[in-house]
Amino acid sequence: MESQKRTSVEILRYGIGFVLAIALTLIAYFLVVNQVLTGAGLVGAIMGLAAVQLLVQLLFFLHFGSKQASDARWHQAAFYFMLIILIIIVGGSLWIMANMNYNMMMTPEQMNEYMMKESNKGF
Amino acid sequence: MNDLTAEQIHEQNEHRATKTLGFWIYLMTDCILFASLFATYIVLRDGTYGGPSGKDIFDMPFVLAETLILLTSSFICGLVMLAAKHKQKIWAVVGLVVTLLLGAAFLALELFEFTKLAGEGYSWQASAFLSAFFTLVGTHGLHIAVGLLWVLVMLGQMLRRGLTAGVSRRLAMFGLYWHFLDIIWIFIFTIVYLMGVA
Repeated sequence: MESQKRTSVEILRYGIGFVLAIALTLIAYFLVVNQVLTGAGLVGAIMGLAAVQLLVQLLFFLHFGSKQASDARWHQAAFYFMLIILIIIVGGSLWIMANMNYNMMMTPEQMNEYMMKESNKGF
Repeated sequence: MNDLTAEQIHEQNEHRATKTLGFWIYLMTDCILFASLFATYIVLRDGTYGGPSGKDIFDMPFVLAETLILLTSSFICGLVMLAAKHKQKIWAVVGLVVTLLLGAAFLALELFEFTKLAGEGYSWQASAFLSAFFTLVGTHGLHIAVGLLWVLVMLGQMLRRGLTAGVSRRLAMFGLYWHFLDIIWIFIFTIVYLMGVA
């Protein structure tokens, strides 16, 4: 009886995660398709929804941080280290490339035009 | 099993935990691989070379269907983990077959999208944006293809050997891998597709 109860709690846990994930996906989709928001607000909103979904899947599907595994702390340490590297790679790339465009006084669109013009000259 | 001393059982558990941690660290390094591909994509996404941008070529209802299929596959895979944990082999096998079919459907849709784009002349050679797009999404698709092979191997092992300690451990690792790919896809869905048409 006891173990049966625990099993249904476990199934419920996956079920809640699944419903939340579907809901977050659909909200983000309809925000974009129906153009509820625009510009930076929209980008912020869908990135926020993706971050919440990351948390939902980590907690409900990957059982991140649960005390079950004997070395859960090592899993967490590896995860946070990965997160630091990820922020450096993605944030750093965006920062450097934005700076470069600024220093060349070009927007990405202008850069695009410039490169097309240059390649038409032939090498 | 009854012949094992407490010490041997402890050793076995320790061994299992070490292997699972090793696999988890592999997943974290794979995250860093995807992080560099995401960074590349975000930097190059405006480099369309006069060709189409995301807005022109992404078919959103199609991508939403892909996303929901992969999400369901990940959920079913979680249920397989529960069935295996409680030694319900039949349910684990059934769930794994469903996971396989949904994963295969996802991969088929993605390949359909790729061949359609390439057929319209928007292949990876057309612009920096398309190179980055095909590399990022294609790397995820390659991981899915490897995952499908893994499911087939697991099905064979479960049917031949049953849910032994080794098979359960590999199954648990597959579970981590499949959930991980689903999380990566959420970010592809958001950063590539949603932000592409926004």
